[in-house]
Amino acid sequence: MLQEEPDLSLVIAQIVQKLKGSSLYAQLERQAWTSLQRPEIKLESLKEDIKEFFKISGWEKKLQNAVYSELSVSPLPSHPAAPPEHLKEPLVYMRKAQVLINLRNPNYENGDSLSFRTHLGLIQVPLKVKDIPELVLINLRNPNYENGDSLSFRTHLGLIQVPLKVKDIPELKECFVELGLSTGQLGIDDSTQVPPELFENEHVRIGQKVLAEQDSAAAQQYVRQGSPTALRAELWALILNVSSQPEDILYYEQLKTNVIQHDLLVDSLIYKDVKLTASNDDYYFVFEDYLYQVLLCFSRDTTVLGHFAYNSASPPKSYIRGKLGLEEYAVFYPPNVAPLCFLYHEPSKLYQIFREMYVRFFFRLHSISSHPSAVLADLSTLKVMPLLQIFLFATVT
Amino acid sequence: MEEPLRAGEAPPPRPPPSGIEGVAGIMAGKVKWVTDIEKSVLINNFEKRGWVQVTENEDWNFYWMSVQTIRNVFSVETGYRLSDDQIVNHFPNHYELTRKDLMVKNIKRYRKELEKEGSPLAEKDENGKYLYLDFVPVTYMLPADYNLFVEEFRKSPSSTWIMKPCGKAQGKGIFLINKLSQIKKWSRDSKTSSFVSQSTKEAYVISLYISNPLLIGGRKFDLRLYVLVSTYRPLRCYMYKLGFCRFCTVKYTPSTSELDNMFVHLTNVAIQKHGEDYNHIHGGKWTVSNLRLYLESTRGREVTSKLFDEIHWIIVQSLKAVAPVMNNDKHCFECYGYDIIIDDKLKPWLIEVNASPSLTSSTANDRILKYNLINDTLNIAVPNGEIPDCKWNKSPPKEVLGNYEILYDEELAQGDGADRELRSRPGQSLGPKAGRSRDSGRTVLTTWK
Repeated sequence: MLQEEPDLSLVIAQIVQKLKGSSLYAQLERQAWTSLQRPEIKLESLKEDIKEFFKISGWEKKLQNAVYSELSVSPLPSHPAAPPEHLKEPLVYMRKAQVLINLRNPNYENGDSLSFRTHLGLIQVPLKVKDIPELVLINLRNPNYENGDSLSFRTHLGLIQVPLKVKDIPELKECFVELGLSTGQLGIDDSTQVPPELFENEHVRIGQKVLAEQDSAAAQQYVRQGSPTALRAELWALILNVSSQPEDILYYEQLKTNVIQHDLLVDSLIYKDVKLTASNDDYYFVFEDYLYQVLLCFSRDTTVLGHFAYNSASPPKSYIRGKLGLEEYAVFYPPNVAPLCFLYHEPSKLYQIFREMYVRFFFRLHSISSHPSAVLADLSTLKVMPLLQIFLFATVT
Repeated sequence: MEEPLRAGEAPPPRPPPSGIEGVAGIMAGKVKWVTDIEKSVLINNFEKRGWVQVTENEDWNFYWMSVQTIRNVFSVETGYRLSDDQIVNHFPNHYELTRKDLMVKNIKRYRKELEKEGSPLAEKDENGKYLYLDFVPVTYMLPADYNLFVEEFRKSPSSTWIMKPCGKAQGKGIFLINKLSQIKKWSRDSKTSSFVSQSTKEAYVISLYISNPLLIGGRKFDLRLYVLVSTYRPLRCYMYKLGFCRFCTVKYTPSTSELDNMFVHLTNVAIQKHGEDYNHIHGGKWTVSNLRLYLESTRGREVTSKLFDEIHWIIVQSLKAVAPVMNNDKHCFECYGYDIIIDDKLKPWLIEVNASPSLTSSTANDRILKYNLINDTLNIAVPNGEIPDCKWNKSPPKEVLGNYEILYDEELAQGDGADRELRSRPGQSLGPKAGRSRDSGRTVLTTWK
């Protein structure tokens, strides 16, 4: 307990610092100034009045949602003396692997084999994209970890041999308690055989209530039992605290202007990627145009760079032509956005949702890290999965 | 054969009749088929059932024929009489529904009749427009209705109109106009450039162009839905669940400068496949379930269910409109391809009905879909794959419907209490979706009343 308290105050200080720079803060300040002019404001009861005002005006919810969303992206607090690279990834061997996998600045693309320069700029290896998991992930070893009985059954279970702390079955059971048989789950309990009165109608009704309340945390808890198709777009926006304010739309329009004004080297990669994947896909071909509208803007959005403070990868930088090496012109290459197109038909909203998802979750899929929700831990958890299935099966029968 | 036989696993061939009947006995029990449409999705389905191919001059039980052939089979001169064990895939005068001009004529007549009966369906708004029966774009025959058209055009001179030859398909001969002078020029040109006399000159229809179609990803699309009619009197029809959307390859613009760019306006695969952006993997086709997912996510469940209910409803209305004039020959069934456009207010418009929807497969998925479509159609039209008896009551058990679901069954509807059932039927017969669409269907019901 004693240990946790300074951590907590550190987190609070961090979040306050971050919120101070946000437009939410500016709005709140503006509103506070106008309210101050009113005659009924009394200095004696100011604190109570403010609390009351927050409740009535909905600001309490807004602030809660903002804090909640900061909490989910901010890195775990670390020792104040820790160097910045430790903040990104505390384990040295993980950082080394990330250097290897740094497929950034691809100079050119040749069939499916990418020629790339590592961070050190020393070697240039032609590497088949499909070999990356084998070359890098499988060979990941913790140098400090000596497995005593090297011939045990467990050591041969799975390809990933990193001793990461993953949840065991009782912990997974607790974590995914909503998937239990006694809890209703959309996608199962709304199937054709089940009358909608039993679960679906009530679940949809609660979902509408959650949306009306505009409570981010409640929405996150709610979707653990499945989100109804018709509410999904709004629920996800609420969870990610994306509200599509006029300034957000304006920001997106500015990015679009940038797309027209500047050509980037990564643009041709994006075109090629979309042409090879989405354009040929019978689900996503319809959204080809949306993908360009999002990806081209995303690669010019420097605010996304913020997430590299807690991502073990270094910014995969690309530079606007003629501005090579100037940090403020640095941009980078993002992953796929197609499935979101089913949910949002305004490009600006689609863009904001995608950006939030990327800086919170997606980046973990293509970087090496010891974070519990990164790809390595996922793979290690999957090793436990067959056991879990057997367990579930046993409880059913 | 590259057909995906696995898609609809063939049932084991029936055990041969034992003993003395021998080879002749086996042959006698098998359906003898003919087709003049050499499509693998057809032939594979016939062969899978162990049916025997014969020529049209021999005795046949099942003839999948083109619309040209059906004209000869039922023409007065040839006087062909079908026997009880013969079935064909068209009604003799299917063109009452599937020719662009006749369909509109029949629907107009149907509306007038309902109005005369004082039916609540024929209710009009203050501008004299039908509230519920306004589901085909305003259409005139040319040259017959030229004066009527000019009158209508002058009321809204900025409108765009689409010209279509009555008897052609696959987008042939279609063009858009937005000035009266263009019609006059067309009329002059077709008079001077051809030797055919005025009377046999090709008839055209001109329809108000839906210039505000619903766009997805900036592109226009239409729906191709398959509807099977097994009898018109009483009307019994089925809706195929696996319809699809056909997308244009080029982004849509209502600008008049692109009026002659057919890649922007026409969704026909026969047109689009010549576009440079045509993709051979998906062929610009999107499943109806994708459309439903997209609409539910972006517009909400209620309006989506209402849209699909309305689509089903206008299909039933179009069939009811032609039922009285259709020659309800008991040897016939027909699988129609319905073309529907949705506008940006989510109102569906019936564009046209095809008697011979294309059985050409443009992609792998397309082939599976069409193979299954024929398979399910045959299961309903030729029960058990046995030699047909056209006197059967034509009400197959639910288990054989496959991806079809009952769209409307007049006998059931009348048994259940007249007109009210007519309206709720499309909503209720949605099979798996029935439960969900019923609620929103009910709100629609009250407006129909």
